[in-house]
Amino acid sequence: MRHLLSTEDLSPADLADLLDLTANFAEIQTRDIKKVPALRGKTVVMAFFEDSTRTRTSFDLAARRLSADVVTFSAGSSSVKKGESLRDTVETISAMGVDAIVVRHASSGVPRRLTEWTDAAVINAGDGWHQHPTQALLDCYTIQQRFGSLEGRRIAICGDVNHSRVARSDIDAFTKLGAEVVLVGPRTLLPPSLEGWPVKVEADLDSVLGDLDVVYLLRIQQERLGSALLPSLREYRARYGLTRQRLDRLRPDALVMHPGPMNRGVEIDPEAADDERAVVLDQVAAGVPVRMAVLYRVIGTGQFDLDDDTPGREVAA
Amino acid sequence: MAERERRRTPPYGGVFVPRSIVLDAAAVDRAVRRMAHEVVERNQGLDDVVIIGLQTGGVPFADALGAALLQIENVEVPVGRLDVAFYRDDINLRPVLPEASTEVPFDITRKVVVLVDDVLFTGRTIRAALDAIMDQGRPRAIQLAVMVDRGHRELPIRPDYVGKNLPTRRDEAVNATLDGVELGEVTRQV
Repeated sequence: MRHLLSTEDLSPADLADLLDLTANFAEIQTRDIKKVPALRGKTVVMAFFEDSTRTRTSFDLAARRLSADVVTFSAGSSSVKKGESLRDTVETISAMGVDAIVVRHASSGVPRRLTEWTDAAVINAGDGWHQHPTQALLDCYTIQQRFGSLEGRRIAICGDVNHSRVARSDIDAFTKLGAEVVLVGPRTLLPPSLEGWPVKVEADLDSVLGDLDVVYLLRIQQERLGSALLPSLREYRARYGLTRQRLDRLRPDALVMHPGPMNRGVEIDPEAADDERAVVLDQVAAGVPVRMAVLYRVIGTGQFDLDDDTPGREVAA
Repeated sequence: MAERERRRTPPYGGVFVPRSIVLDAAAVDRAVRRMAHEVVERNQGLDDVVIIGLQTGGVPFADALGAALLQIENVEVPVGRLDVAFYRDDINLRPVLPEASTEVPFDITRKVVVLVDDVLFTGRTIRAALDAIMDQGRPRAIQLAVMVDRGHRELPIRPDYVGKNLPTRRDEAVNATLDGVELGEVTRQV
């Protein structure tokens, strides 16, 4: 695996391999010394052109716990402010000799474009409405931890699917691992066309609530408010929010998930966020080992084609 | 060498072809018992002794050593398992991936750790294991038990307990399990 740009580049077997590797790194998180020398001497640049707290911190910790050196770069305090182009910025960073660039950008497709401008491995930490593959991996890992596997599980993704890179990555990863995905939300917040998406659509959360294994709530982005897409928060909460009443109808072994940051009282009521079925903090905790697995696969073993068992290839040894 | 690693190291997809049987299952069993007695003798009992088997080849021998110690001394010695992939020195030379999980559910600080592996060859796995153990705590001592010492060390590492000293050529391969020890070679699958 040279880069991680999209879950769409991953086969079900790739996903399973990454989740296996995640379990190895999760064990390291339980030790007193939460660090291994696997990526000693490697340099990882965090290029965040869009704000982020949890993803950046999580990648940062993941790289450090692999003993890589980390340089953080955020658009607000760099030459981007002076009008430097994305290409110049990236070429400048990679001229300094880095092994991986973890990139977040408000425009879809930026990570893939970057691969043309740098020899470093590129890891997508979220691009526009497109993809957020490490979020999908940590969501899969969290569900797998609770249920053993995703096979046959019923998962509802509820909310603003259209503007959500988390939803696009999750739908792809969940269904590849055998789960059944239902999208729930107002028509205005679902993609205009779902042709080819392996999902069902339900306009009403209450009609599916009772037989879900997982209810995955998306963050309502405040900037969509007041527009024609979303008239009022109160109306949204009444129809799609995970309120206490809805929580009572959820199965006792179901999971409540959210990519964060949560809008308590909008898509999720405080009672639901603090319920024992809510695994939001498990999701955050899974972020570090998942990103260690991704960094290790991309920089540690990226130059090897692991699926190819063809004899005769030479490896320096 | 464990199966997953063998598939990904030259010759790719190679298979182990045995040429001669060095020890049969009964002889392996006797060697494990002898090593267990040596562990007791060397440490004057089993106070503070813990066993850690290296994934994946060393794990069955670690379990067998623990069982033998229980039989001899009637003491249940804690047995853990360690995967050293992330500590290896060849991470950028070949696709190093963990074979299995690390499970050391006890504190090793101030303990005598008996590290167990199936075959001692270059010593590089043991070097990685020493670093991995140090990250788990500060043992009073680390001792090394191997079923087979086949020579060709590349590092100043020597075993404390040896099941069988087996002179080999570098290009030969040794397969050591509880069912027996075989000498042969890994050849490309046809």
